[in-house]
Amino acid sequence: MSKAKQILLNPIFNDNPIALQVLGVCSALAVTTNLYVTLIMCLALTLVVGFSNLFVSIVRNHIPSNIRIIVQITIIASLVVIVDELLQAYDYESSKTMTVFVALIVTNCIVMGRAEAFAMQNTPFLSFLDGIGNGLGYSVILILVAAVRELLGAGTLLNYEILPLIQNNGWYTGNNFFLLPPSSFIIIALLIWGLRAWKKDQAEEAQFKVAENSLELEESKM
Amino acid sequence: MKSNNSILKTIGVSLVLCLVCSSVISFAAVSLKEKQEANVLRDKQQTILAAAGLLKEQESVDQIFASISEKIINLDTGDYDFTIDLSSYSQKDYSKNELTSKTLVPKEDIAVIKRRENFAKVYLYYKDEVLEAIILPVRGLGLWGTLYGYIALESDLQTIIGLEFYKHKETPGLGAEVDNPKWKALWKGKKVYDTNGEVILSVIKGQVKRNSPSSLYQVDGLSGATITSKGVTNLLHFWLGEMGYGPYLKKLKESNLGNSNV
Repeated sequence: MSKAKQILLNPIFNDNPIALQVLGVCSALAVTTNLYVTLIMCLALTLVVGFSNLFVSIVRNHIPSNIRIIVQITIIASLVVIVDELLQAYDYESSKTMTVFVALIVTNCIVMGRAEAFAMQNTPFLSFLDGIGNGLGYSVILILVAAVRELLGAGTLLNYEILPLIQNNGWYTGNNFFLLPPSSFIIIALLIWGLRAWKKDQAEEAQFKVAENSLELEESKM
Repeated sequence: MKSNNSILKTIGVSLVLCLVCSSVISFAAVSLKEKQEANVLRDKQQTILAAAGLLKEQESVDQIFASISEKIINLDTGDYDFTIDLSSYSQKDYSKNELTSKTLVPKEDIAVIKRRENFAKVYLYYKDEVLEAIILPVRGLGLWGTLYGYIALESDLQTIIGLEFYKHKETPGLGAEVDNPKWKALWKGKKVYDTNGEVILSVIKGQVKRNSPSSLYQVDGLSGATITSKGVTNLLHFWLGEMGYGPYLKKLKESNLGNSNV
């Protein structure tokens, strides 16, 4: 695999920002009740990470190191404002339901993390690919979470009825738990479990080991 | 090579960065403004039509809205006001300006809106020259913030067609259930005033008993959202009462309703 391709595709399963680095989980809880809104959110985040990486990388040789975080945040925040403005102009309905979460992309750890960890040391093209790749990695997890939540919670996918609800003379009782944020913790945890069972090298080493009962000590006391 | 960390370079970089970012943002904001405002207006019109039950799938919002006539009224006297330009009227500006609004004392201010504009924009729907619906903007405090919406009354100025909010900050799943179609459907056919002309319509706690004589004046409460339910009751009492559209509705009732030249 060429280096560029590797940078683009690695974050999707091998180095997933949510599943492996456990970054950006907050928005994964908030915007995943409806698949359509989630898709818009994923698109917005992917564009912001991609372009913030690109711009940070372009100016990386001129950024004074003592204000580099401020410079990165300014670039990221500007991009988020632009995305927010675009959303209000072209998809008003979604922007009404998620406006605060679009603004909160600024604080999404993935964006800042990639700018600081990758874009500051790499060329613009590779940085852009890295941003898009991480955005896709984030999107894969969010889309899976949203699909489960919308289907089990509301019986629909992208607002199309899949499981007819009892209220609409169907047979399915919507599970309200899946419409509440805690359910995404459980779904993300299951996804992480599945991913680590598939790619064993992602499993972390145990941080400590429970000591076995020291029989000798017990015996010596007696 | 000169260090990036010199004071001059630091200041220079931050200045250039700020200039570039702010001009890009301003450009985006200015060039998209027209589209955004059109969206907001469309959303408002959609709410107005939804409150009056006039939304149809086959027709566009603009098309249906063309059949609605907008009027400015003086809330104190209840008369129409023809001196204010319809397109330049803004509820927000009017309620902020001291000359065109009134500070409410806590006793009057049951909807907790602090200032009430002296002029309001109302929407009338005529079908074959006969008044079918009147749609009035309402607002009031819920739990987390002000709820903004429209209430539509039938031509008897007593029966509700619908209540629809377009902006609020209530808790999703609890207070935000004001947007639930099932709850909104409960409003249709409810009556506002008792025989003495007092507003007695209210959102009660729990479910309305079907056979009770007062069921016509009551709507089921939102479970788990007592404060939001109370807020909705309060804002209706305020806006449909003497401080709100009371004088206007009274005058409208006395005049000939069938006449579209009212």
